[in-house]
Amino acid sequence: MNLMHLSLLEQTILVLGALTLFLSFALLPQARLTTMVHLFAWQGGLLALLTAVVASVGGNHHLYVSALLTLALKALLIPWMLHRLIRRLQLERHQERLDRQALVMMTGAALVIFSYWVVLPVARLELANTRNVVGLSLGIIQLGMLLMVVRRQAVAQVIGFMSVENGLFLAAVAATSGMPLVVELGIAFDVLVAAVLFGVFFFHIRESIDSLDVDLLTRLSEAEQEKLASESEGEA
Amino acid sequence: MTELYLVLGIPAIGALLLGLVRKLRLASWLNLGLSAATFVVSMVLALDVLAHGPRHSENLLVDPFNIYLLVLTSFIGLTTAIFSRPYMEHVCHEGRCSPQRMRLYHSMFQAFMFTMLLALSTNNLGILWVAVEGATLATVLLVSLYRTPEAIEAAWKYFILCGVGIAQALFGTVLLYFAAQHVVPNAEDGLNWLVLYEHAKDLSPTVMGLAFVFLLVGYGTKVGLVPLHQWLPDAHSEGPTPMSAVLSGLLLNVALYAVVRIKMLTDGALAASAHPHMAGYLLMGFGLTSFLVAGLFLHRQRDIKRLFSYSLIEHMGLATFGFGIGGPLGTFAALLHMLVHSITKSSIFITVGHASHIAGTQAIDHIRGLIRTQPSVGWGLLFGVAAIAGFPPFGVFTSEFLLLSATMQSWPWLTVSLLTGLVIALAGLFRHLHPMVYGAVPEGQSAVKVNMIPVAVHLLLVLWIGLSIPAFLANWLDQAVHLITGEGLL
Amino acid sequence: MVDFLNPTGWALALLQTLLFAAGAPLLVAWVKRIKSRLQNRRGPSLLQPYRDLHKLFGKEAVMAHTASPVFRAAPYIVFGATLIAASVIPMLAVELPTAAIADVIVLVGFLALARFFLALAGMDVGTSFGGMGSSREMLISALAEPAMLMAVFTLTMSAHSTNLSSVIEHVLNSGLLLRPSFLFALLGLLLVAVAETGRIPVDNPATHLELTMVHEAMILEYSGRHLALMEWAAQIKLMLYGVLLANIFLPWGIASTLSAGSLLTGLIAIVVKLALLGVILAVSETVVAKMRLFRVPAFLNLAFMLSLLGMLSHVILEVGA
Repeated sequence: MNLMHLSLLEQTILVLGALTLFLSFALLPQARLTTMVHLFAWQGGLLALLTAVVASVGGNHHLYVSALLTLALKALLIPWMLHRLIRRLQLERHQERLDRQALVMMTGAALVIFSYWVVLPVARLELANTRNVVGLSLGIIQLGMLLMVVRRQAVAQVIGFMSVENGLFLAAVAATSGMPLVVELGIAFDVLVAAVLFGVFFFHIRESIDSLDVDLLTRLSEAEQEKLASESEGEA
Repeated sequence: MTELYLVLGIPAIGALLLGLVRKLRLASWLNLGLSAATFVVSMVLALDVLAHGPRHSENLLVDPFNIYLLVLTSFIGLTTAIFSRPYMEHVCHEGRCSPQRMRLYHSMFQAFMFTMLLALSTNNLGILWVAVEGATLATVLLVSLYRTPEAIEAAWKYFILCGVGIAQALFGTVLLYFAAQHVVPNAEDGLNWLVLYEHAKDLSPTVMGLAFVFLLVGYGTKVGLVPLHQWLPDAHSEGPTPMSAVLSGLLLNVALYAVVRIKMLTDGALAASAHPHMAGYLLMGFGLTSFLVAGLFLHRQRDIKRLFSYSLIEHMGLATFGFGIGGPLGTFAALLHMLVHSITKSSIFITVGHASHIAGTQAIDHIRGLIRTQPSVGWGLLFGVAAIAGFPPFGVFTSEFLLLSATMQSWPWLTVSLLTGLVIALAGLFRHLHPMVYGAVPEGQSAVKVNMIPVAVHLLLVLWIGLSIPAFLANWLDQAVHLITGEGLL
Repeated sequence: MVDFLNPTGWALALLQTLLFAAGAPLLVAWVKRIKSRLQNRRGPSLLQPYRDLHKLFGKEAVMAHTASPVFRAAPYIVFGATLIAASVIPMLAVELPTAAIADVIVLVGFLALARFFLALAGMDVGTSFGGMGSSREMLISALAEPAMLMAVFTLTMSAHSTNLSSVIEHVLNSGLLLRPSFLFALLGLLLVAVAETGRIPVDNPATHLELTMVHEAMILEYSGRHLALMEWAAQIKLMLYGVLLANIFLPWGIASTLSAGSLLTGLIAIVVKLALLGVILAVSETVVAKMRLFRVPAFLNLAFMLSLLGMLSHVILEVGA
């Protein structure tokens, strides 16, 4: 099997997919929140472009709608909302150094390899026209989750969450030329509502712990509960 | 189908309507009225479906399996609404919650009911996903309703964990759609459950196996299967009590329902492959782990609502295990268990809500002597826990007994671990229950205004099912079993 | 196939090497000139590096009294190794007789040899700046080398050969293909090249600022012809990376037969490509600020990640599933 059998547009899909994955990697160690939002917006834009290319390759007209939807939602609206939130929370200058950056990056690479391995049997079936982009998108999903694990800042976690959504969208576009329109609209609606809710939550969290470092949210862990209990026993 | 549209329409309109109503008393009565209307219509629909068989449109579907959950959902919605009216008024008087937030609460209560009913009645696996995610979004602000640091932490965990989990389910859905595209005649129908079920045996086993794993992890997070259960005790303990009641009684059932629907497809696709029972084994493994781990965690709890959250995980594990065993008997037992457990658990959460009002705290160490302070709450808790622990003659005993028999039939050596788990859980519940009900009354503890009617109705229902399963109910469940496994039990 | 006994081939290979040595100062001057223009200066003439080299060759080589023979031999070894490395790279034509040793691993080996002696020479006299420069150089190269090898392996995996000549031919034969792996490998190699040739933002060749200099610190003790050789070697190295990047990723124009016409095309093509690369380098050096040394590992980590992504996307997307 050779790349040469693919048309130029199909090759473009592969390149765009790979660039999307690269942006996920770039998000991981990014210290500045505003830059993260920019990168996320670019990822959304690439995704919209990719969707449009897939639409023109396969001639699915409803995909143009999802491309527009993605562009509007993930490249413009949500980044704009996040920017506004960052300004209102006065986090423009917030920097968060990632501990053990090299280790995190290597873990990311390992996750991508793992995703590839997981989806390999599916790709072997040669049912899809766009190769193993599904593996790539699973990689993006995993990287988004890794981002949520290694970051302590609530806004950064939300960007991770949203990039997981991007990965899912890529999977849907690449593997099946998009989901039925009803479902796609429903998903877009859910994503939008989630973004709004996240905004509300930032303020709640900051009100309650005076910071957006979610690692400080530990009151409910089982270990902490034990500690509280033993303290109250000590008082008694 | 008109009834079905009504069942979905009433809560949808209700959610919008209640967002506008400013008066608290009116809103809570309206909430009650809407829930009652939903319940009545769903009963009518159920009778119709049982008499004339399943029906479906392009995106909606009612068959014996989901109609029983539809009725259960609207029933628990109704009783919770009854309980919620005085309870939330009490909360408001305490000043824990502002009128605006009460508006949010009522509106989101109905929105949650809508997403649950939609998830149950949809024929499209994509819409199912959208509805389950919508249920998370509707409830996440309710979990943090009190705005305490703990509540916000719980809501954040709930949001993030369920969001990530449900993302896996969407990936699984994409894979499923991918598998279907090459099989179903009209690619657009690739998520239509009926069409998929018809062509299940042609679906690629490789893709379906993978899709099932992702879907199980995704919806399993919502079911609260160990090790994906972290959000569950937090969300249940920190949210308002009516929320705990509906979350425990409904959301988890709906998620499990989704898993079972997908298992039906996967079993069809894998039937001819090298691992025909993969889906069942996975369910058994996850179910048994959840059951045993949650049973052990019961012993360490200090918060009364967390205690029953773990009991919740334990029972969902048991039901999952039952579906995993499969076969008519196992499936029947699991369906019955979902039913009786939901009814019992929501009644317990209602009682617990009253109990923590009496004691003024949720800490188990400080809830004492309920039976003397307020006998109705004390006895309610005692009976509720006895029922949930599987004492005869309550319905949970029946379902657990059936489950044990099913296990004995196909996996004899697993009965040992099941029995051990049941004993561990029983001990875990009763070591906490005894002082709470019988202990010395702390000074200054007095009775509060309670509404134990929903609890009494629930417990009587469970008792009735335990003493003799009514013929129509047995018949009903049997139709569902027939649908899931292809053969009836009766 | 490669004809080892073809005298024209050998002559061409020799000519190519000479062109390399002769063209390298010009490339450096070109970059300097563009940069000056971008900064609204007139800039030195394009012949200035030649004049500098000429001046240095005419001067006496002063040597510290603590210098060992290593110090004396290092310029010749560094220059020689770099020139041999340059000679194996197909610049004008593929399938020259030198293609037999035009292996990427050989190439990396020669460059490593040059770097090793450069670092030794830096430490030899025992001044603090020399030692500091050597240690920094070793840090950078230790981080750059994995990235470079990873990028190179990505290319060789596509071409199923580590021979540069075959890689170029493979790319030529497969026509216009958008390979995600090549894109990432190109970006990764660009970063590596910037680091290895000591350009901004890793090192600034234009200053002798004691706190930041790397390459300049190592050759601080050299003078006269020794310094000339060291400078010349550095210039050849820049050109080497330029030709490597240009010919692997955009090989169009390179001669695959040894006729005069195609050779002329090859010459024009490589000149145009290098001129363009020079412009890109000058622009990026004008836009980007020099980074602190502590940030260099992050920069090279990025290069490594890009190369790794290149390899991953090759495996995931390009190998027949």
